[in-house]
Amino acid sequence: MITIKDNRCDFCAACITVCPPDCIEVRESSIKIIEEECIDCDLCVYICPIDVLEQTNEK
Amino acid sequence: MKNNYDVIVVGGGPGGSMAAWEVAKAGYSVCLLEKDRDIGYPVRCGEAIGEAALRQFVDPKDSWIASEITGTTLVAPDNTSVDIDFAKETGYILNRRIFDYDLSRYAANAGAEVYTKSYVKGLIIEDDFIKGVKLDYLGEPKEIRANIVIGADGLASRIGRAAGIRTQVRMKDMESGLQYSASNVDVPINKMIMYVGSNHAPGGYLWIFPKGNKFANIGIGIDGKASQHKSAKAYLDEFMDANFPNAAILTTMCGGVPCPTPMKSPIKNGLMLVGDAAHLINPVTGGGIAPAMKSGMISGQIASEAIKNNDYSEQFLSKYVKRVFKEFGNNHERLYRIKEVIHKLTDDELNGIAIKVKKIDPLKRSLGSVFKTAVYKKPSLILDVVRIFAGF
Ligand SMILES: Cc1cc2nc3c(=O)[nH]c(=O)nc-3n(C[C@H](O)[C@H](O)[C@H](O)COP(=O)(O)OP(=O)(O)OC[C@H]3O[C@@H](n4cnc5c(N)ncnc54)[C@H](O)[C@@H]3O)c2cc1C
Ligand code: SF4
Ligand code: SF4
Repeated sequence: MITIKDNRCDFCAACITVCPPDCIEVRESSIKIIEEECIDCDLCVYICPIDVLEQTNEK
Repeated sequence: MKNNYDVIVVGGGPGGSMAAWEVAKAGYSVCLLEKDRDIGYPVRCGEAIGEAALRQFVDPKDSWIASEITGTTLVAPDNTSVDIDFAKETGYILNRRIFDYDLSRYAANAGAEVYTKSYVKGLIIEDDFIKGVKLDYLGEPKEIRANIVIGADGLASRIGRAAGIRTQVRMKDMESGLQYSASNVDVPINKMIMYVGSNHAPGGYLWIFPKGNKFANIGIGIDGKASQHKSAKAYLDEFMDANFPNAAILTTMCGGVPCPTPMKSPIKNGLMLVGDAAHLINPVTGGGIAPAMKSGMISGQIASEAIKNNDYSEQFLSKYVKRVFKEFGNNHERLYRIKEVIHKLTDDELNGIAIKVKKIDPLKRSLGSVFKTAVYKKPSLILDVVRIFAGF
């Protein structure tokens, strides 16, 4: 599961651009991940310039 | 806001404003929908543009220009630096907050309706034709219709995805970017400084774009493969600590820069994508303002032609794609090939290139000569370099 760590997100939408199922929604000042569609590929975690997103599944 | 327009433009960046302006000039009804409360803000950009690139659309206003750029300094991994004066061209660092705002005002003054706080969340699709958009306007759901929708909604293009166009970008072609607008930094006023190499910015570069008065955009883009191991922020903070420990960071901005080849088919029945939404960024520099403006302008012209002919089919709109490729898309494909070679160079090779270019007489040095030296491993690309930099 991807967790949005704190309120640092800048709503730049870089994470959407790499998300294969397009399950991230970014608006002017909100970000939401549609969990049911997420495939836990972690690409959004890798691309975020300021490390806002975190994979919180136990591996 | 009406329920019907000839054309709907989604996104109020330079691509969207140019598209709306062009349609309005032709006398058709058009609305421009921007999700944020402001046009032109936040500024997710280093704000650099070539003077000639800008002048093909508009005469620059003084208030748009923070500084005039007459050359660049390239810094290799071992900090060898090479100065290159621009022979013919000069560049600008813009104030995009003012610039983007003015472009939307040009569109509005020509008759376009501009709405902020308008988040487009989906498309109306009938018989395989896009017929309008679904949006939240000031928080209220609404539907508006048009025979043509222009998606100028930036890198993540919701519009493209809703239409079934593949907009996802591979990690190696995606730049993870961060920029500080910083004060109390003593940098030359008319030079862009760019740092390359795995220590500075793997798979991208780090830039200092001066805005005058000890103020500058200092930013970084690293590719998605590198950002898997260390974030753009970590690289930029190290650089700031080492070089500008006393800087005051007045703005922090994140952003992604998609740098793949241009989309082959950024169109559907009743839809054209422009600018970042269609991956129309110079893949070597990450410069996307001028390509967004150009594609926006062309899309507006083709939209007007489509209305005149009452033909909104993908086949008709393929005229848009042909013109984009002819005017700069083919060059972007060449630049992509060059980027692929440059990104494979090791730090030692980059240092070696810097030393070689330094030996060229400063008056004869040009960006073309740098790229020619950089593609020595793939001589077949020399022709691409010559084609692109013929004018430099
Ligand atoms: C860190 C960084 C530095 C850069 N530096 C430079 C540079 O120095 N020079 C240069 O030429 N280029 C630079 N670029 C690239 C440049 O910023 C873009 O290429 C350019 O802004 C693209 O213009 P556009 O109109 O296509 O999209 P954008 O300017 O991104 O505009 C898209 C607009 O659409 C809106 N939008 C998105 N989704 C929706 C929706 N669903 N509904 C309604 N509105 C929506 C957004 O809010 C936004 O205002 C940089 C980019 C980054 C990230
Ligand atoms: S990439 Fe990071 S900062 Fe940008 S929208 Fe996604 S989570 Fe937020
Ligand atoms: S983990 Fe993958 S699928 Fe899930 S939100 Fe991130 S990018 Fe999308």
